[in-house]
Amino acid sequence: MTRFVLKRTGGALLVLLALSVIVYSLFYLAPGDPARLACGERCNPQQIAQVREQLGLNESTVAQYLHFLQGLVAGRDHSAGAGLVLHCDAPCLGLSYQTDQQVTDLILTRLPATLSLALGALAIWLLVGVGTGVLSALRRGGITERLLTVLTLAGTGTPVFILGLLLLMAVCAYLQWLPFPTYVPLTEDPEQWAWNLLLPWLTLGLFESAKYARITRSSTLETLAEDHIRTFRAYGVGERALVTRHAVRGAVAPVIALSAVDFGTMIGGAVLTESLFGIPGLGKTLIDAVRVVDLPVVVGVVLAIGTAVVVAGAVADLLYAAADRRVALA
Amino acid sequence: MTQTLVEVADLAVEFPVDGADAYVRAVDKVSFTLEEGRALGIVGESGSGKSTVAAALLGLHRGTGARLSGTVRVGGTDVAAATPAALRRLRGGTAAMVFQDPLSSLDPYLAIGDQIAEVHRIHSGASRRAARARAVRVLDRVGIADAARRSRARPHEFSGGMRQRALIAMALACDPRLLIADEPTTALDVTVQAQILDLLHGLREERGLGLLLVTHDVGVAAESVDELLVMRDGSALERGPVASVLAAPAEAYTRALLAAVPRLDGPRASRSLPGPAPDSSAAPVVEAVELRREFGRRGRRVAAVAGVSLAVRAGETLGIVGESGSGKSTLGRMLVGLVQPDSGLVRHGGAPATGITSGVQMVFQDPVSSLNPRRSIGESIADPLRAAGERDEAALRARVGELLERVGLEAGHYDRYPHEFSGGQRQRVGIARALAPRPRLIVCDEPVSALDVTTQAQVTALLAQLQRESGIALVFIAHDLAVVRQVSDRVAVMRAGRIVEEGPVDQVYDRPVHPYTRRLLAAVPGLDPEQAAQRRSSRQEALATA
Repeated sequence: MTRFVLKRTGGALLVLLALSVIVYSLFYLAPGDPARLACGERCNPQQIAQVREQLGLNESTVAQYLHFLQGLVAGRDHSAGAGLVLHCDAPCLGLSYQTDQQVTDLILTRLPATLSLALGALAIWLLVGVGTGVLSALRRGGITERLLTVLTLAGTGTPVFILGLLLLMAVCAYLQWLPFPTYVPLTEDPEQWAWNLLLPWLTLGLFESAKYARITRSSTLETLAEDHIRTFRAYGVGERALVTRHAVRGAVAPVIALSAVDFGTMIGGAVLTESLFGIPGLGKTLIDAVRVVDLPVVVGVVLAIGTAVVVAGAVADLLYAAADRRVALA
Repeated sequence: MTQTLVEVADLAVEFPVDGADAYVRAVDKVSFTLEEGRALGIVGESGSGKSTVAAALLGLHRGTGARLSGTVRVGGTDVAAATPAALRRLRGGTAAMVFQDPLSSLDPYLAIGDQIAEVHRIHSGASRRAARARAVRVLDRVGIADAARRSRARPHEFSGGMRQRALIAMALACDPRLLIADEPTTALDVTVQAQILDLLHGLREERGLGLLLVTHDVGVAAESVDELLVMRDGSALERGPVASVLAAPAEAYTRALLAAVPRLDGPRASRSLPGPAPDSSAAPVVEAVELRREFGRRGRRVAAVAGVSLAVRAGETLGIVGESGSGKSTLGRMLVGLVQPDSGLVRHGGAPATGITSGVQMVFQDPVSSLNPRRSIGESIADPLRAAGERDEAALRARVGELLERVGLEAGHYDRYPHEFSGGQRQRVGIARALAPRPRLIVCDEPVSALDVTTQAQVTALLAQLQRESGIALVFIAHDLAVVRQVSDRVAVMRAGRIVEEGPVDQVYDRPVHPYTRRLLAAVPGLDPEQAAQRRSSRQEALATA
């Protein structure tokens, strides 16, 4: 177990390092002058040069990257103009070019909203997706299965923002069951938090459910054809128990593996849902930062997403080994 | 008057094939009965319909699209007419099935004790805790040491023999009146096979169970049943008390089947035919000196082969026998150059061997997976020739055609694909491929263990004939002692990576010196039911003294 943690941590550090290098390189290939954008519309060339100096953009790319690494490990000082110096403790991801806000703080303020969204969606697709898949496997060949197949196909084919828009219009505008959602942090009011996130959860969760239903159904049916199922059938185990107690375990591995990837992606990739429902999450932050070439924010958020993906992958491996004892952690 | 436990009358089973209304008849008008506490063996080659009959006893064809006619009554229940609930009571409660290939027959995700408890609860309605305790008791009864702890293990943590015991324990858990055992020992070594058969025998005596034993191995049946039913192409050919069927078979097919069974005491026909006597003066074709090979990571390294020396001369066959894990396959691969030894040396014709050469070829066990299904057999056979530098297509075709004819196929089969051939024919293709580059040595790794006895006899006869014609040396690796005896001049017995005994076949089989060799030989089932009881008691003595 210690070996597993050490190995995974080492691997994760390498991945994150590579990610930061790639983002830095891409940034210098991309058009746009961060100093001009940070300074604003009315700046004269002199002021822009001053801003550029402050932001450290006159240094070479490599030096800037090394400074970034230094901040990450040991913390660093930033000049904020007029002799003012802002200190940023390790791990420091730098200051936003736009707002001088520490990127670490920015991420920490945005993360709860994103996590709230992703965890809820995860719960829904595990419940609805896997449930639908098992039901299809139980009712295979029947009208229920055909109906579910049509539904899941429709689900896969509908873009997520259309689904969200339809839900929003139906529930908030037409039926008026819920007010239009605004994000309320969990720490402020748990009940309002849940009510306001209900529609985003449903949107993302149902959208993903279709995929999980299909995977669960096909893996379960595949396992149903295996020899050990025949053993239990020959001992009088009923069809329902065969599916729910034995065959469904075949779906555990693919569902865990896919959930890990999807969950990781959702940390930074649920932009459409976040924008639609006004959730101040990481995805929205990232898109905004890219638009104004705010390098520290972009790098910081990308690293946060990378960490999420890596951690989700490691958790998936642990769950997988717990579910199937033949798997050895390595 | 004992009660009739199984009554099968005019049973026919048909399976649907690709076409809409096309059916193929797997079982044709089979009838038999089995009394309470008696044992019936159904023997036949693959495709004879014996497993289909066994599955019909539990109504396992229901819902698969198969068409059944005739009547099947088990323990008074009419299987065809039974309600789903009655059928579930029958399955396990009245008649319990012990399946073949125990690795895939248990749920890989669940603890073995839980699986047995689940089955027990269905039939007894016992509490979870009581069922679990019962599972431990039956595991203990079938000889799983430390059953309480081992019951928490998953199937992959059990050896093949232990998994088979666990499956028998599962059958016992429901207190059935009939055991249906479908090839219960096929995947096991002879010594483990003997233990499992002894266990089944002991349970029958102890509980008065009826037994229906389905097997392709006449020897296994001879040891374990009272009556024998011989099946061929879906029909019952012959039925009678096991001793009389084996001693005086009425049907020609039964006689042929019995004649093909390799025996420890039968004539060694293939070796007694005239041929060039092995020349003892020439340098050996292959020579191994202190070969050693380990597998596994640091800390858990296991020596698969731990210092083996041997030599094979032209025209000679060396048999290598041993149980699974004894290192015989690794040794064979090192002789060919597929596996590099950690230490030691292989010499081909006196010179140190370097990698894989066309002079030394290999025939593999599984004729299905050792041929590329997407290439015609002609192309597969031509591969070693192409590897040796032959580029002329016409010459390749001519040579492959010639090889196909030599192994008993037709030259015109060049463009056919592996799935168009039977198992025995595919093994002939494998032999043709090995012969292609005119090797001096062919290493055969379990070349006939996947084949029926009659096909086995044909393939071993072919190997002997090819050897007589071309004087090649053969290394014949097998777990089946009787087959090795039939084809070999000398035999080496391997155990745990070492050769424990080596010598001329007659000497090793008739006057074995090493206790391990003696134990192996005592475990081989024979065709004489009267001797079986005698051997069973001698095995128990050996076990008690060991």
